[in-house]
Amino acid sequence: MLGKLTWAAIPFNQPIPLVTSIVIVLGVLAILALVTIKGWWPYLWQEWFSSTDHKRIGVMYVVLGLVMLFRGFADAIMMRAQLALAQGGAPGFLPPEHYDQIFSAHGTIMIFFVAMPFVIGLMNFVVPLQLGVRDVAFPVLNSVSFWLTASGALLVNLSLFIGEFARTGWLAYPPLSELAYSPGVGVDYYLWSLQISGLGTLLAGINFTTTILKMRAPGMSYMRMPIFCWTALASNLLIVAAFPILTATFALLLLDRYCGFHFFTPELGGNAMMYINLIWCWGHPEVYILILPCFGVFSEVISTFSSKPLFGYHSMVVATMAICVLSFIVWLHHFFTMGAGADVNGFFGIATMIIAVPTGVKVFNWLFTIWGGSVRFTVPIYWSLGFMVTFVLGGLTGVLLAVPPADFVLHNSLFLIAHFHNVIIGGVVFGFMAGYSYWFPKAFGFTLDETLGKAVFWCWFVGFYLAFMPLYALGIMGATRRMQHYADPSWQPYMIAAFAGAALIFTGILLTVVQLAWSIRTRERRRDLTGDPWNGRTLEWGTASPPPSWNYAVEPHVHGIDAFWDVKTKNRELHKVAESRYEAEHKPHYETIHMPKPSGTGFITAFCAVFLGFGLIWHIWWLVLVAIIGCIGMLLRQAWDTDRDMYISAEQLEEFERLHPSLGTQR
Amino acid sequence: MNCVSFVRTGRGLLAVTAGALLGAGLSGCSSSVLDPHGPIGRQEKLILIDSTAIMLAIVIPVIIATLVFAWWFRAGNSKATRYLDWDYSGRIEFVVWAIPALVILFLGGIAWLSSHDLDPPKAIASPVAPLDIDVVSLDWKWLFIYPDASVASVNRLVLPVGTPLRFHMTSAGVMNSFFIPQLGSQIYAMAGMDTKLNLLVDDPGLYHGLSAQFSGDGFSDMTFEVAAMTRQDFEQWLDATRTGGDTLDAAAYETLTHPSAKVAQHTYGTVTGGIFEAILMHPGAAPTAAQIEHSESAD
Repeated sequence: MLGKLTWAAIPFNQPIPLVTSIVIVLGVLAILALVTIKGWWPYLWQEWFSSTDHKRIGVMYVVLGLVMLFRGFADAIMMRAQLALAQGGAPGFLPPEHYDQIFSAHGTIMIFFVAMPFVIGLMNFVVPLQLGVRDVAFPVLNSVSFWLTASGALLVNLSLFIGEFARTGWLAYPPLSELAYSPGVGVDYYLWSLQISGLGTLLAGINFTTTILKMRAPGMSYMRMPIFCWTALASNLLIVAAFPILTATFALLLLDRYCGFHFFTPELGGNAMMYINLIWCWGHPEVYILILPCFGVFSEVISTFSSKPLFGYHSMVVATMAICVLSFIVWLHHFFTMGAGADVNGFFGIATMIIAVPTGVKVFNWLFTIWGGSVRFTVPIYWSLGFMVTFVLGGLTGVLLAVPPADFVLHNSLFLIAHFHNVIIGGVVFGFMAGYSYWFPKAFGFTLDETLGKAVFWCWFVGFYLAFMPLYALGIMGATRRMQHYADPSWQPYMIAAFAGAALIFTGILLTVVQLAWSIRTRERRRDLTGDPWNGRTLEWGTASPPPSWNYAVEPHVHGIDAFWDVKTKNRELHKVAESRYEAEHKPHYETIHMPKPSGTGFITAFCAVFLGFGLIWHIWWLVLVAIIGCIGMLLRQAWDTDRDMYISAEQLEEFERLHPSLGTQR
Repeated sequence: MNCVSFVRTGRGLLAVTAGALLGAGLSGCSSSVLDPHGPIGRQEKLILIDSTAIMLAIVIPVIIATLVFAWWFRAGNSKATRYLDWDYSGRIEFVVWAIPALVILFLGGIAWLSSHDLDPPKAIASPVAPLDIDVVSLDWKWLFIYPDASVASVNRLVLPVGTPLRFHMTSAGVMNSFFIPQLGSQIYAMAGMDTKLNLLVDDPGLYHGLSAQFSGDGFSDMTFEVAAMTRQDFEQWLDATRTGGDTLDAAAYETLTHPSAKVAQHTYGTVTGGIFEAILMHPGAAPTAAQIEHSESAD
């Protein structure tokens, strides 16, 4: 009836996961009770859960990322605490079988359920606004994408209470992840949660690629697109190209585990090297999927707060697309030590280094964007400058690791760990935080507290150096990754420094929550009524904050790269001419807008997908069958649903625009 | 021309800075890759420092420029000249593409030459005849077989100094990576695969060896002691080992394949011929006596 699921799956004998589980379950119950007592369910359902509005979905992605950041960081703190203690013969407080789950969960969660939701959330919120359109190409699909990602996140967290998580590292290399060496449900939790969320990501990639290629405001040619949209395009092209590889690779491993195939076991001609190649064919583009949109954020932020157009826009576009293409021919640098031979290693080493050229160009162009500008030291610019300083160091160690013989002594060491945290924290996290503080007033109509924002920055910035510079040194000293204890007592001071750094970063994360709560409390005095608090340059600053569900009452017409800046300054008259036809005939002129209705399809499909994953993990086959029927049934229902249109009348638009004057109307 | 002389010109003051930044230092840390005791490790250390120095020559000015530009052009600075519409200069564009391209051209040369010079299977030129050592990674211990002397050792690797060492590597099950930080290059040990690594150790002493690829719950204890000794001492060790200890045959190997951690060092005085080849040819389960015999006769 319940497959492999028995009471033994609940960690009664392990105090840490048990207490954590109880606290989390009580917390979730308390939230559910609060929502029920306050009667918020109808609001949550209608305005959020079933929303097809790209802005709402973007916000939900970011909330998911923030919640999962706490989970992922709890793992990080435990790992650093363990290593600060477990020197000499000391066992620390985490036995290997628990420690191994923690570092596997940390990597999986931080990449798939923190970094990805952050980046996709920003793209969701910003891209349609910057393109001057009213939604993404497939709004219901967008909701499906988000909820599938959330389902994956839920499954990963279920593994904390029921069963176990993978003990294989975040990429689950076989043969270790094969049934012979990992007979438990941990690897199955890993595989199914990533299959479900990976499908969501692929659908999001298709959606955004289509939106950017097919739905730009009139006049917005490719070379007039805001640079963030270019980086989003590159990122989504990579999603469309890379995520099917991930799905296929995991499918092969699932066949090994569930049906006794031998794709990656040494018996019957299988070979684990194939998995390692395939997983990195996805894995390397993945890091560019994360970093490219962040490059876009920095371009927008540096340009806006330097009060200057981006220097070398064409170069930036070329550099972005060059990185997009090159990211697919470097995967082998993740395993130079496999013994592929000098020619192969040399080729992939050089290919990897070539990526440093367009990346270097970007850094120089940001420098020249600042040159001659009038730089306002706001929170987003703090993150951007912190990024430029930190990221070039990460680039340096990355190019160093791309020299095969250097990698022969640094591969899999803590030096490598320091390198990728240097680029992921210094690039992706700083980029997200810059974007979060930059676009927050657009999303909610009030600004975030600057003082607390700067405190958050300094915690992350100093904390990063304190946590990861010792890891660079330890890597040089011969310390490898994923060790649960070590013999050399001279490593301990470095490990303690790294723990202190992690604690400082955690303070920064807590302050982010404090900043949010304080800013909400004091929102009345930090309201932005103009819709343009930063003197912005791109279209999104030309509509109200928060924007109405239809984004723009009248389609904006684009005449240059910084479309809104043009309207505000030199092209203002020109713009007036373009609009004057409307104004002359109808004063002002609004047309009924067709928008998609809210749809529960995404939520309910994903709800069924959780049970599908759970059934597959625990071999509860009747549940699998019921859940598949549920998923397919919901999607079929959606396909035959004719009642999915919603119209915003001209009167509604007129009323809204009277209260919130914006681009193309009264401005 | 080898890579060492290729990059030697680029060294100088920056190398010192690089060394300082990388910390960890040469200060007698027992397993630091900056304290190598063999030619492979020494060349890799040089590449490490030289590449870092070359890149720091650009990275440090960029960091300084970032902070100086941002500070000088701060909104409140009345002395700064503003160019608020300036967004293109062909000459600057040319330079910003050229600088990273030239650096990468240089580093790419280092990468290409050094990956050929230091390719793990490449034999080390030496008048001394090489010593073959077969390595098997098991859950969670290392087995070192000396095929010519027909002895084997668990978790302790005994090496003669000044002799080129020719390692053949495989795994009994999951992947591991064989790594002695002070001697240089690591290489994966994978079931059914025969990876090759050539090393040489200069100085007698004790070094630290480890698996650098996570392999399961006992991974953290999957370390081994490396004892480097003079050729004479090494021959003595071989003789002493040959006279005592068990036999490494199909049954003894099968016992070794059972997962166990923190296994005490021990040796085998005799090794059934062809056992390494049989392990290689029959991945997934310990080879039978017949399979070992078959490999031996095929040899």
